[in-house]
Amino acid sequence: MKNFARNISYINRPNRTLSIYAILFLAYLYIPVLFLPLFSFNESIYIAFPIKSWTLQWYRDMWNNEPLFAALMNSVRVGIFVSVVATFLGIFGAKAVTRYKMPGKGPVIGLIMAPLVIPGIILGVALLILVNRVGITLSLYTIALGHVLVCVPFSMATLMSRFEGFDRSMEEASADLGENAWWTFWRVTLPMVFPGVMASLLLCFTISFDEFILAFFLGGTDPTLPLYMWGQLRFPQRLPNVLALGACILVVSFVVVFFSQWLVRQDRD
Amino acid sequence: MSNLVATSENEALVSKTPRSWRGRLRAIYQGSEAVQAYTLLSPTLMVMLFSMCVPFGMMVVLSFWTQVGYDYDTTLSMGNYAKIIDGAVYTQLLLRSLWISATCTFATIFIAYPMAYYVAFHVHRRKAVWIILMTLPFWTSYLLRIFTWKVILGYNGAINSGLIGLGVIDEPLEFLLYNPTAIVITLTHAWAAFAILPIYVSLEKIDRSLLEAATDLGDGPVARFLRVTLPLSLPGVIAATILIFIPTVGDYVTPALVGGPNGLMLANMIQAHFGVINNWPGGAALAILAMIVVSVISVLYIALTRLAMRSIT
Repeated sequence: MKNFARNISYINRPNRTLSIYAILFLAYLYIPVLFLPLFSFNESIYIAFPIKSWTLQWYRDMWNNEPLFAALMNSVRVGIFVSVVATFLGIFGAKAVTRYKMPGKGPVIGLIMAPLVIPGIILGVALLILVNRVGITLSLYTIALGHVLVCVPFSMATLMSRFEGFDRSMEEASADLGENAWWTFWRVTLPMVFPGVMASLLLCFTISFDEFILAFFLGGTDPTLPLYMWGQLRFPQRLPNVLALGACILVVSFVVVFFSQWLVRQDRD
Repeated sequence: MSNLVATSENEALVSKTPRSWRGRLRAIYQGSEAVQAYTLLSPTLMVMLFSMCVPFGMMVVLSFWTQVGYDYDTTLSMGNYAKIIDGAVYTQLLLRSLWISATCTFATIFIAYPMAYYVAFHVHRRKAVWIILMTLPFWTSYLLRIFTWKVILGYNGAINSGLIGLGVIDEPLEFLLYNPTAIVITLTHAWAAFAILPIYVSLEKIDRSLLEAATDLGDGPVARFLRVTLPLSLPGVIAATILIFIPTVGDYVTPALVGGPNGLMLANMIQAHFGVINNWPGGAALAILAMIVVSVISVLYIALTRLAMRSIT
């Protein structure tokens, strides 16, 4: 790829139409999302242009909102639990499918990646039936179970690219020098895939933190942040509070995801 | 550890040590890569099996039961399925869901393809930054991305109040919110980032010398694109189609927020069966039928495009 970057052939010469399209596309992706932060500074509780006066009122309200902080803490707890469990499962899974010759590799990967192509509502309903028939009370733990299911594919995909990217002879060298499998993993493999592990942790945390559909079906009396927000959408007068909260969540998600993607991709390309 | 070392160690174990059970197990374990791989994979597989296959099995069983008050009649019957197939409202909802999803999938791929093409062929430095920029919104809150369109398209929303403020229109445009069009607009925006990645990957894999060969043999840019680039990028397009079509058929947040009464989709009906209607077996049957229809369509689509690709190349 590097060669092509230097040698811009007639195929790769700059194309102005496409460049303009690319900028328009990015605008289309980002501008709608910016309306939330924009109207969160609007003093009126109605969303309408022109914005007559600006205020920080809604952010101040948020600071004193106890249920909101409770929901935030629930989301953080679920997110940390889910990201650790999913990444743990992802490390084992990714190592197994990238390091060993195994029969049935395709179907196994297919099974693990399946939640990516099953509509959220169907996963949610199926898990609700399971939880209900087994007789488990709906709680943050049932939400976490659903989130682990959707996070493992992302964790596996992130880590598999990392495992494929590094030289297997490093592990062999460690084994030849007398380390057993466990210490080889701990002292050679893990440090090499560490950026992937961090990326997976961050990614799973964001997915869980933002996930709504499964949480909607599997949630008990304790709401996560998206569930709390969904509840608030019913009251028109609470709209500015939702906007302020949404703006904060957007900023935090953007920073976390950017960092995790940067970790995955910085030493490729 | 390489295969060779493992087998020689294995032989050493077999010849020298007295055969204990542990020794034998260890020999099997170290001798076979497959056993090692599956041992390592077992926690992940077990979690996936328990939280995916078991619930699906239960859902299938439940769909053959019948709701009686707050309890179930556990004799197996096809009643739920018969009711769904007879009920015109379900067919109508299903057709509407499929139509909305297909439109949105097409629109998403249509706008994402040029973008993926641009990054694959015309961006040479900081490709990673471009990819992150394009996929970033996808990872942020789904609920918020949909909600933002309610803010934009609403009766008093950003577009209407903005246009009135500018004097372009006198009355708010009513066609913007609470209809299937609003759902398509919202979903297209929400999934655009997801379509780019698979298309980009397949474009990136194309051997550039094929394009140069096409040019040398006299193809202009358009013919080159239609005869080389597009067919070779079809796997990415197919993957993107499936990755967007399937989840959007099952979306119920978007119709609930921006769809209005005429924009309800099948997923809203499934959700209602587990909520206000309180007929879980009926909801399970509906979910299973929806999955079967979507799977059949996806498989047909993949088979047809494979055939088409083979006839091109």
